[in-house]
Amino acid sequence: MTTISVPQSDGSPGTADRPAVEIRDVYKAFGRVPVLQGVSMTVREGEVACLIGPSGSGKSTLLRCVNHLEKIGAGRISVHGQLVGYHEKNQRLHEMHDRDVAKQRRTIGMVFQRFNLFPHKTALENIIEAPLQVLGKSKDVAVAEAREHLEKVGLSDKADNYPTQLSGGQQQRVAIARALAMQPKLMLFDEPTSALDPELVGDVLAVMRGLAESGMTMIVVTHEMGFARDVGDTVAFMDGGVIVEHGDARQVIAEPQHARTQAFLAKVR
Amino acid sequence: MTEKNPAAGTDDVFAAPDMPFAPAAIRAVPVRRPGRWISAAILLVFVLMFFNMLAFNKNFGWDLVRQWLFWHTIVQAVVVTLELTVYAMVIGIVGGVLLAVMRLSSNPVSSSAAWVYTWFFRGTPVLVQLLFWNNIAALVGQQIGFGIPFGPQFLHLNTNSTITAFTAAVLALGLNEAAYMSEIVRAGLLSVDEGQTEAAASLGMRRAKIMRRIVLPQAMRVIIPPTGNETISMLKTSSLASVIGVVELTDASESAIHLYFKAIPFYVVASLWYLFFTTVLSIGQYYIERHYARGSSRNLPPTPFQKLMRMNLSFRRRAYTYAPAGTEKGPS
Repeated sequence: MTTISVPQSDGSPGTADRPAVEIRDVYKAFGRVPVLQGVSMTVREGEVACLIGPSGSGKSTLLRCVNHLEKIGAGRISVHGQLVGYHEKNQRLHEMHDRDVAKQRRTIGMVFQRFNLFPHKTALENIIEAPLQVLGKSKDVAVAEAREHLEKVGLSDKADNYPTQLSGGQQQRVAIARALAMQPKLMLFDEPTSALDPELVGDVLAVMRGLAESGMTMIVVTHEMGFARDVGDTVAFMDGGVIVEHGDARQVIAEPQHARTQAFLAKVR
Repeated sequence: MTEKNPAAGTDDVFAAPDMPFAPAAIRAVPVRRPGRWISAAILLVFVLMFFNMLAFNKNFGWDLVRQWLFWHTIVQAVVVTLELTVYAMVIGIVGGVLLAVMRLSSNPVSSSAAWVYTWFFRGTPVLVQLLFWNNIAALVGQQIGFGIPFGPQFLHLNTNSTITAFTAAVLALGLNEAAYMSEIVRAGLLSVDEGQTEAAASLGMRRAKIMRRIVLPQAMRVIIPPTGNETISMLKTSSLASVIGVVELTDASESAIHLYFKAIPFYVVASLWYLFFTTVLSIGQYYIERHYARGSSRNLPPTPFQKLMRMNLSFRRRAYTYAPAGTEKGPS
């Protein structure tokens, strides 16, 4: 196993000891192509864990396994002590019913590289959709909360705009607000700034930084090394479907131990 | 800079900050296009010939057309044609959505059932299906029973009084249409980006809700134009029902022809009615498309009325507001 144990970083907001996400020996293949080849990792509550690595290293797939958008082939993933996608009874795994998978996903927010806002709904309608349809909130409550979330991401004036009328950075911030409206305990970010113009990246990262400071548990797949170093508590470097190096964010970025990590960081810096 | 050139910064695209004055607008001599004039002249000749024929060919019998266009038998038949079209399309659309969802479902039983249905109903001529439904009594006998399969039956209906020529036509046209609509709906559903489903799923929405709230409304943009096409096509295909004795527009015209020994005027009457309703349907389609275009483009396409207003405005603007700015030199 190439993973190393996660050192405790002192003073940073991610030091609660309860694990939020536990990933144990996860294997996954698309057809015959192996994507994850034995990944283990623990994310504690309040921790901001960044996944870095070259494309095709399996980091996005790992993230998508955490909310069961992808099924894992072997191993275990649990979120807040609950196995993802399966029930375990008498040491046998039972596939979860759709309804229970959906219930599990309510507490796990996800932000996508390509935003995936609903184009036929305005920014506000995008945000209130799930609170209305999934949580059964009343429209007044959902709208009031949605406006708060829009304000948090700095877009109060864009409530009635359709996604096509927003810039990429604005769309991604609406997407973050949409995920937050479900009051998740864990947020997954899948390369949230990779599809943005360079000058729009900052706005999105600022929102994510604020979220991290508020104590949200976050797993962030990113190519923004500055963000990983400054906001991340831990960084895991993935390559070829395994975690090559995993540790304190500043340490991994500033003084990578593994030769492969050093080579990667030298290129992206 | 803007102080020196008062026209800059309003709507003058030429006045960049580092440009002391904008160049004069281009006034070029347009390219000569003699081909346009020649083709227009040829077309005009054909149009004149056509109208000449319409006006002076007695065989059209325009006075008969005027007389019979709103004849009560014809109007009744028009109503039957519309009923056939509406009922068949309702069956077609509802059945098509159902079949498309079944076809795309992960359940192998329902997806293959949908495939077989489409295979059968697309694979046989609709006229044969019409005749088949009309002779259904020969297949199932004089009574249709409803009850537990292979078990007792609770409800017995007389086949020939239940499946009249009209219901046979509605069933045949509707069930056949469902097969075509299912492919249209399926294309629409497949056109929606998978990321939409993933985003909705990650918010905790369940499959049926994702389909109804997220995927289907977006698929509508792709589904509407061919559905309009199908509806217009159905309006005319309903004329096949005349074969099994449904008194719809074509059948009524035929009967009138046999009564009065005048063919052309009654075909003109029928054609005018068909044309009228296809026009109405096309206009309806335009507005439905506009409704589902919400959010898909930055601006909704204008209604014909808005188009007219805008054209009017843009002519005026060109007429007096375009004074090329910067023709006077600004000091630099």
